[in-house]
Amino acid sequence: MHPAYSVIYFTVASGAGYGLLFALAVAAVAGLTPDSRLFWLIAALLSLGMITTGLLSSTLHLGHKERAWRALSQWRTSWLSREGVLAVAAYPVALVFFAAELLVPGTALSGAFAVLAAVLAGATVSATAMIYASLKTIPHWHNTWVLPGYLANGVATGFVWLVLLLMLFGPANTAAATVTLAALAVAAWIKRAYWSAVDSSETPVTAETATGLGQFGSVRTLDPPHTQKNYLQHEMGYRVARKHAVKLRRVVWLLAYGLPFVALACTLALAGVLPGVLALIATVSAMTGMLVERWLFFAEARHVVMVYYEGNPAMQTGSESVRD
Amino acid sequence: MTSLPQAGGVRLGLVIDLDICVGCHACAVNCKEWNAGGHAAPLTDSDPYGADPAGVWFNRIHGYEVTNEMGDYGGRTVHFPKSCMHCASPDCVTVCPTGASFKRAEDGIVLVDEAKCIGCKLCSWACPYGAREFDAHEGVMKKCTLCIDRIYNENLEEADRVPACVTTCPVGARHFGDLADPKSEVAQLVADRDGYDLMPELGYQPTNKYLPPRPQPQIGGGVDRLSNDQDTVDPDSKFLQWVDKLFSR
Repeated sequence: MHPAYSVIYFTVASGAGYGLLFALAVAAVAGLTPDSRLFWLIAALLSLGMITTGLLSSTLHLGHKERAWRALSQWRTSWLSREGVLAVAAYPVALVFFAAELLVPGTALSGAFAVLAAVLAGATVSATAMIYASLKTIPHWHNTWVLPGYLANGVATGFVWLVLLLMLFGPANTAAATVTLAALAVAAWIKRAYWSAVDSSETPVTAETATGLGQFGSVRTLDPPHTQKNYLQHEMGYRVARKHAVKLRRVVWLLAYGLPFVALACTLALAGVLPGVLALIATVSAMTGMLVERWLFFAEARHVVMVYYEGNPAMQTGSESVRD
Repeated sequence: MTSLPQAGGVRLGLVIDLDICVGCHACAVNCKEWNAGGHAAPLTDSDPYGADPAGVWFNRIHGYEVTNEMGDYGGRTVHFPKSCMHCASPDCVTVCPTGASFKRAEDGIVLVDEAKCIGCKLCSWACPYGAREFDAHEGVMKKCTLCIDRIYNENLEEADRVPACVTTCPVGARHFGDLADPKSEVAQLVADRDGYDLMPELGYQPTNKYLPPRPQPQIGGGVDRLSNDQDTVDPDSKFLQWVDKLFSR
């Protein structure tokens, strides 16, 4: 699938934004947050900033942005619509949560809205994941690990941001760092399970079933229907060369999970200014790694319609190349 | 509304005969011609006369080669027109966030309400058949309408109230009708010729059916039809040989 930069930024930024909202809500309930209005101001700006720019970015690829409000109407069947509804619902809840932490922290109101904000943050990211996971046409996405992967990546990046924020307002917080290490480890494990699942899965559709001609023999593409690429080939024909995919997966391991894990583990043992620097490195690394992870999520996915244009995937080995 | 309607009594669709399609692309061209001015107009092209022409088409004609070990389908070319299947279970409809994509209850036709479409392209991702093509110029998704502006058009002669692709096919490889009615001509064709669905394993329940190519007479391998058979023809009479060849077809 064509990796549109607007959608990559949207899913990574909103994932981290909702993840941070979730992490802040958990930290507030657990009493890990500093007694500082500036902390909550920065936290709110950061979290809502990532969510807002992410959502705005998601409208960039629309053909008619002015009609985006219509996307809230079909929540009965459409995960995209549900995502929109949940995002719109989460926004005011998050605002009340942040306002309560700024003005009346430690009350039943702030606690209740912390729980509500955490639930809606998780629900919104789940809806985003289900947009992809519900598509039977893209076997790499129609996979049990997609939903947990989006949730785990969102929570992990959210907690990485939380650790960085906490460090601006006090010494390294052992509890927050430990939870973050666990979140990174879980997210990495799920990503490994995802890649293992997609690598061993067989495509449900072949040139033989796509044309129905399998009853007579094996099918190979002969005449393409048109000389130039059409919309389908531009949108769904994107493929990343396998040798690059292997290297890019290593980049994801290193930047999204490995480096942030090591850096944050070191903060537990160090004192002074160094933990802050390490937390910053962990955050930049995790976010960069997530962008690569999301790019691969699209670029590695093959839409079944391409079987009509390219035949069976096995027949393509050896001729794989980076396409635009 | 993107919720699917209750299955109605009529399911209009196409039956495509792969045995006689010659791959002339006339169906695609007449589709483009009609629909460029019809319900889904315009069907925008970009750089139509330049080096990299592209544009929205509802119908694409692929070409495949079928081979098997027995050799009775050795190198057979199959021309393969493909357009919207007007599925009974179309995910392109249910994923639509705005209600622009919908399936008509009365005849099962899947359409796009272009005034509601936000151009998010998700429906095209949900379609396994590649039936939807985004019109970048208009910013909306386009797809086969089953020539809804022809089949109910009382300004046309009754014989012309069929999709443009069907009316133009020079070899009669395309048929239009109600696939839900077992007595309809198209349903009979499907029953007689073992018509089938594309990608049945995905469960979209396409309405359109494909009629398989008939077995070819064996040429080359197997029995040599030109060999001298004792009780057939006088080998000295060229005329009788010609008659024999003619009647042996």
